[in-house]
Amino acid sequence: MAATNNEVWQSATVVAISDVAAGIRRIELEPSAPKHAEPGSHIDLRATIDGGQEKRSYSIVESKDLGKTLVISVFKAPVSRGGSVYMHTLKPGDTLRITQPLQNFPLRVGAERYVLLAGGIGITAIMNMAAVLRNVKADYTLVYAGRTRAAMAYLQDLQEIHGARLQVHVDDEGSSLDVNALVGGIDPGTELYMCGPIRLMDAVRRSWTERELALPDLRYETFGNSGWYDPEEFVVRIPRLGIEAKVGQGRSMLEALEDAGVDMMFDCRKGECGLCEVRILNLDGGAVDHRDVFYSERQQHAAEKMCCCVSRAVSSPRGSRTDANSSATPAVVTIDVS
Amino acid sequence: MTVLQSSSSTTAKVLGHPLNAWYVAAWDHEVTRKPMARTIADRPLALYRTEDGKAVALADACWHRLAPLSMGKTVGKDGIQCPYHGIVYNSAGRCASMPAQETINPSATVPSFPVVERHRFVWVWLGDPTQADPDLVPDMHQMDSQEWAGDGETIFAPCNYQLVLDNLMDLTHEEFVHASSIGQDELSESDFVVSHDDRTVTVSRWMLNIDAPPFWLKNMRDKFPGFEGKVDRWQIIRFEAPSTIRIDVGVAKAGTGAPDGDRSQGVNGYVMNTISPETAKTCHYFWAFMRNYRLDSQLITTQLRNGVHGVFGEDEAMLKAQQEAIDANPDYEFYNLNIDAGGMWVRRLIERMLQAEGRLAAAL
Repeated sequence: MAATNNEVWQSATVVAISDVAAGIRRIELEPSAPKHAEPGSHIDLRATIDGGQEKRSYSIVESKDLGKTLVISVFKAPVSRGGSVYMHTLKPGDTLRITQPLQNFPLRVGAERYVLLAGGIGITAIMNMAAVLRNVKADYTLVYAGRTRAAMAYLQDLQEIHGARLQVHVDDEGSSLDVNALVGGIDPGTELYMCGPIRLMDAVRRSWTERELALPDLRYETFGNSGWYDPEEFVVRIPRLGIEAKVGQGRSMLEALEDAGVDMMFDCRKGECGLCEVRILNLDGGAVDHRDVFYSERQQHAAEKMCCCVSRAVSSPRGSRTDANSSATPAVVTIDVS
Repeated sequence: MTVLQSSSSTTAKVLGHPLNAWYVAAWDHEVTRKPMARTIADRPLALYRTEDGKAVALADACWHRLAPLSMGKTVGKDGIQCPYHGIVYNSAGRCASMPAQETINPSATVPSFPVVERHRFVWVWLGDPTQADPDLVPDMHQMDSQEWAGDGETIFAPCNYQLVLDNLMDLTHEEFVHASSIGQDELSESDFVVSHDDRTVTVSRWMLNIDAPPFWLKNMRDKFPGFEGKVDRWQIIRFEAPSTIRIDVGVAKAGTGAPDGDRSQGVNGYVMNTISPETAKTCHYFWAFMRNYRLDSQLITTQLRNGVHGVFGEDEAMLKAQQEAIDANPDYEFYNLNIDAGGMWVRRLIERMLQAEGRLAAAL
């Protein structure tokens, strides 16, 4: 599980494309400098968005023949920052720049018992782990939750491979996942690995903490791309610098501030490290959609600071999805930076 | 089994080391509650024991700023604390505490490597952890059997581990390197038999009706006080991939049936060797000499350990000089003799392991 995160860039050729669920495309890549991808690893790649190049991360679903073929799966998000739209234009024979596999979500072999939890497209980070745990004959349960069966990639394959070890929860079939029941049934010594929407992961973390299970046994990966609310356009102001910038639906506050010429400090850009922290001076009639995992729940509630790489402002103070619509006045957040 | 097309690879002076294998990281007594540093197969490790006594091997570099965890201290039931900014990891390498924030960064981990404690050694697996099967730990059962007694040491050898394997697979060098202890003319004059399978190589040599060299005469007299006369001497070298070699050695009164299996009129030892690459040019050479007679004599245990220490000191000097000569003559090749058959089979098996890991080309 050596976590190696040197970005070794190489070219890769698209060799096969297929649709594996509504809006989810499976893309097989042949890298020019193959390296085996361990479970939990991902690649970064350069996506062409509006003529420019932007970096995006995708979990590796499968690594074949010591990494000579790497498989990713891309969900075309309804509110995309452009990456998934580009990925869905790829055709066999196309080439793109990718990194060798990077690892932030290593699977430990040798735990007494495992629960793997995937919400929606989060299955892409979990699938390879499940395959490995099956191969080493580990005691594991794979829990796969989705809104609707048609949008759940690889469901049939997973049923065939994992049989009774797979538990499926589908919202529109009335079998939604009960997080407290799931976490309530976990014994100490069990490791839980999860990837999915932030609502799901926050709920699991809260339940895990309430049960006083060991925090290091709760494993998750976040790319900071989901929130409690749908993203809206909002306005950010820095009075000390005389800056006012619009943060579009498909941009982050960090990107908007960089575009406005503010010299910003940052590192992970996915809500983990806390370096891009900004101080909230005022929030005019809205709420902060904290999408980071850096702050504790207490700190998020206090709403004194936010991780501007992922977190957003929304116009509704109650922040329900229905209240947040495009006709409302955009939220205005006034901040200061380091 | 894949047939290797390239014959040049078998004459490579040294090879890379397989990663999907158990290597000895330390003697069992070396690993304690106080963390220690050791590099195995180019991977710096922090080794320590949990409160329950379980040996742990973590990468010796904190996730945050790569400060060596081996300089830190053990905390709690199974944790280790970075000496620089106090980040705590559990034995699985997961961050358990970040002093300066209320949460734990989910990416904060250091690699934790599978460990097995067996045969008085702590073994570590640095490759694909899903293949880390404890049944693959090489057989060194004489180390902790009631029928054997003895002790050993570690040599820090300034050479590629392959050179140590070569040394042990061909003992004709004893005649020249160890003339005063175990060497004798008959070594290079006698015939030997080589055999192999997927994981092992065996080289057997019998020397019948010869004078016992000084080391063996002393051992015979420990068991048969006042012994005089000719002996039948044997050396059965058994390699188990990737880097463990046990040598069944001994002498018996000549003509008393030792070649046919009756060793009752002789003395028998096992030279236990397991070599862990450190870097491409250094290795940790763990050895012990075990015997199956006079088991209760600590004096003999100490004498044998000290005796072998002296013999292996001669090897160490040669291995160091050989590595230096290899480095100083990069444009000269190795050539092989008939006596290298055992060592060549060792190379073949190691190459197959490297090939299976997709690392053969990179190693050359």
